Amino acid sequence: MKTFLNDWGIVLMTFAPLVGGLVMLAIPKESEGTIKAVALVTSLFSALFGILLMADFNYDQSERLQYVVDVQWIELINSRFIVGLDGISLPLIALTLLIVPLVIIYSWDHIPSPGNPKAFLALILLLETGMIGTFVAQDLILFFVFFEVVLLPMYFMIGVWGGPNRQYASIKFFLYTLFGSALMIVSFLALYFLSDVQTFDIRALTEMGGSGITHTAQLVIFGGMFMGFGIKVPIFPFHTWLPDAHTEAPTAGSVILAAVLLKLGTYGFIRIAIPMLPGAAESWAPVIGILAVIGIIYGALGCLAQSDMKRLIAFSSVAHMGFVMLAIATLTDFGFNAAIFGMVAHGIITGMLFFIAGSVKDRFHTLEIRRLGGLLIQAPKMGWVLGLCVMASLGLPGLAGFWGEFPAILSAYNPAPGLSEPLFRTLMVIAALGTVLAAGYLLWLYQRTAFGTPTEEFADDPNIGDISTPEWIAWVPLVILIVVLGFFPSIIFDATNPAVTALTDGFGG
Amino acid sequence: MLASFLTESVPFTAPTLDYHALAPEIILTAGVVVLVLLDSIKLDRAKAFMPVVTNLVLLGSLIPLLTLAAEGTDRIMFGGSYVVDSMALVLKALFIVSAYVVVLLATNYVAEGDYWESEFYTLLISSILGMVVMASSRDLIGIFVALELLSIPAYMLASWRKGDLKSNEAGLKYYLMGVFASAILLYGLSLVYGVGGSTRLSDIAEVLAGSKDVTGVPIVTLALLFTIFGFAFKVSAVPFHVWAPDTYEGAPTPVTAFLAVASKAAGFVALIQIVFFCFAARPDIIQPLFFVLSVASMTVGNLIAIRQSNVVRMLAYSGIAQAGFMLAPFVVVEQEGIAALQAIVIYLVIYAAMNLGAFAVVVAVARRTRSAEIDSFNGLFSYMPAMAVAFTLFLASLIGIPPLGGWYAKFGVFKVLVSANTGMSIALAIIMAVNTAIAAFYYLRVARAMWFEEAPEGTDTSPLRSPSGLTAAIGLSIAATLLFGILPGLLSDVTSFGPLALGR
Repeated sequence: MKTFLNDWGIVLMTFAPLVGGLVMLAIPKESEGTIKAVALVTSLFSALFGILLMADFNYDQSERLQYVVDVQWIELINSRFIVGLDGISLPLIALTLLIVPLVIIYSWDHIPSPGNPKAFLALILLLETGMIGTFVAQDLILFFVFFEVVLLPMYFMIGVWGGPNRQYASIKFFLYTLFGSALMIVSFLALYFLSDVQTFDIRALTEMGGSGITHTAQLVIFGGMFMGFGIKVPIFPFHTWLPDAHTEAPTAGSVILAAVLLKLGTYGFIRIAIPMLPGAAESWAPVIGILAVIGIIYGALGCLAQSDMKRLIAFSSVAHMGFVMLAIATLTDFGFNAAIFGMVAHGIITGMLFFIAGSVKDRFHTLEIRRLGGLLIQAPKMGWVLGLCVMASLGLPGLAGFWGEFPAILSAYNPAPGLSEPLFRTLMVIAALGTVLAAGYLLWLYQRTAFGTPTEEFADDPNIGDISTPEWIAWVPLVILIVVLGFFPSIIFDATNPAVTALTDGFGG
Repeated sequence: MLASFLTESVPFTAPTLDYHALAPEIILTAGVVVLVLLDSIKLDRAKAFMPVVTNLVLLGSLIPLLTLAAEGTDRIMFGGSYVVDSMALVLKALFIVSAYVVVLLATNYVAEGDYWESEFYTLLISSILGMVVMASSRDLIGIFVALELLSIPAYMLASWRKGDLKSNEAGLKYYLMGVFASAILLYGLSLVYGVGGSTRLSDIAEVLAGSKDVTGVPIVTLALLFTIFGFAFKVSAVPFHVWAPDTYEGAPTPVTAFLAVASKAAGFVALIQIVFFCFAARPDIIQPLFFVLSVASMTVGNLIAIRQSNVVRMLAYSGIAQAGFMLAPFVVVEQEGIAALQAIVIYLVIYAAMNLGAFAVVVAVARRTRSAEIDSFNGLFSYMPAMAVAFTLFLASLIGIPPLGGWYAKFGVFKVLVSANTGMSIALAIIMAVNTAIAAFYYLRVARAMWFEEAPEGTDTSPLRSPSGLTAAIGLSIAATLLFGILPGLLSDVTSFGPLALGR
């Protein structure tokens, strides 16, 4: 079993969804039940291998890459198929493996118009392979391939099953991301040719830490990666695709986008950009920090200006990812730990918020905050779940959101040596102000949607019921996690800390 | 008198012919003869067998290619004028397989459209013969003869839809621009001969690499410019591209696929011969010249492609932009040498797979909609889902999204550009990155029409079986596109040419 997991565990976990998606193509369109079952079983199969790997994972040595598979791939450019699991990728893979089955369960009776569950679920499975692949890849070219695989399914998901303005939103999402990744691949190539060892192996490049590359070249290469990852995060001012994409995407798409896709960018910073070019990262860190804080404030102010519930949650993502980026910009082990926790917490909480927004939309056929109200009366259970998620999102201690936000702010107090302390402490203060704004817009949202009495137009609508069974199944694990991670954040910190410490020690952060 | 002249002159010795190396050319020539005879003896009764015979001839000419590849020795004939090495084999295989797919596309198209059938295939094979000769020619005369042999049948094929005004326009435009370009080219070649004193590329290269008093003169610049402009027409590089969109739109779609893939590849092969084997010693002209051609082609092609409403015209302009990407490695000939050559050949092979596939889908869909307007693809996913998925894959590959082949083609070009690490090559890499994003916009417009739009009222949505040839063409293209994308190592292995490929 152990050797089987070592050799095949990651490969099966990564490619099982792809195989499942292909199998689904062979099933006739009419047998919807079979299609959904195949999709769910496939994602659970993938999750099973994830669980086996995580159960077997050596947490005391999470800095060591485990279950490594390393085979020849493209000889000419010395690119190899290298995958592995360590403390940094593990929480994010766990998040992906959890979210995708839940999304499929949620979609059981929520296939958005114009229907066609076959194509919809096949795209979700293809997305899953891309996302897991990005987190396990240990070769820059392999990473790039998986990073791009995610693009098309998401484009179609927004464009086919999205809201009224879906065409604009989907092409905007696609072009922004493609532009970033084209510059990113040029950066990867520059890194390859300028480094002493000509390799795309992430481990070797991390080990080297940019030695032998002039500082100017490092700055430029980092800039290319910054565009690629920064657009995905998204960092202010590249965030404008996000509110559109989130608002127009179907619920399943929004959840996956918020929970996992945005993390590909922040993960890229932690895994690739910063460790490989620590010198350039030090010069770029103030820029990233300032943009992150602008994102926090801008996102929060943007939220206050929204009249649409989904768009408000989307803007809150900009703010939350700002906290993550601020933590990353400190270049300290403390900051990286906080950032990874922040990613997971944001994934769970915002994913939940998008789930609820989707269900509200199903019932009320609108997300205009002005027209909503009295959710606690009409659908009390959903109202309470929304309340919990809102509290978690604003960073209430005892819930997961707190551990994503508070350490991130704290980490800015002591940035890595070489970074300007006054600057980061100023940023810290502004970021802290951002949490006040966050409390403002989230409570405001909750107050207007859940409190009071239902508006006249929906007061007697018989279609508005409470949480349905698929919704319960999809939501309960997330709600439990929000609470459990709030009380026992060490579940994640224990896994990440050795890996992060080794990483930051490696470049002297 | 005559007798004394004969005794004084050097006795003529017939060159030794390597029949194994020439076997593909011989089989194709025999094929042309067989097709003409079959047509004139059996007349209408032979029509049905024409595509089959054509494909058998093409497959037959692949066999000696395989045996030659298995043997692996480079064969040099006629004192270096005709070379069969690994690069020539790869390119010949590319031309022949492309022609095979084109025949699959054309079979039903030609049969159903009431066109001349037998002549179509005869001309197609003649053109392919020209390309196959081009791949081996290392001599100015050989290159020019090959160019004319591949072009003249193509002029006729472009106007194959005789009753259609647009097709006539297509053929005439292509012909007039083509002979004009040939004239310029011929003048350029005469200058090259004047400078080099030989028609053999390796001899000319020696002269150019040698003394500065010969090479420094403006006449070399002029010779190079004229020669390259002549071929730039063939590969439809901006500003020599104006014929392409009209010809592509007017010509029968299978012929368009042939022009866009095989004929363009042949133009690139000629450019490779001239630049790599002959003028590599003059990077001072080649670098700026190809920089301008490349940037202009990709940018202008992309920007005009955005405005197209017809899929074939869009593919024509996108082909111009793609040609710009393929021209980029020429800029780094000096620094990268063989690697740049490899990048171009890999791009040609992958481009052939994905572009043939795209045209195959256009042909298949036009059987139903009778149109190639982008609007006519609206809602395709709802009634021809397999075609919609296939077309999406080809479009995604043209954008360059992994794991479809196109990514590796672009990646290879990026790689040599970044590796050369000159100001010009880095600038080109960045311009190319920006253009990649621009290109995504118009490719996705077609995808958007197929997936996001509703099928227009009154569309016949009953299932339509595509002819097996067309399905096979699409299947082959998808398989190749995916295979090259997931395991690009296969391609880089067969294109790891020896030093002979550079003529040194």
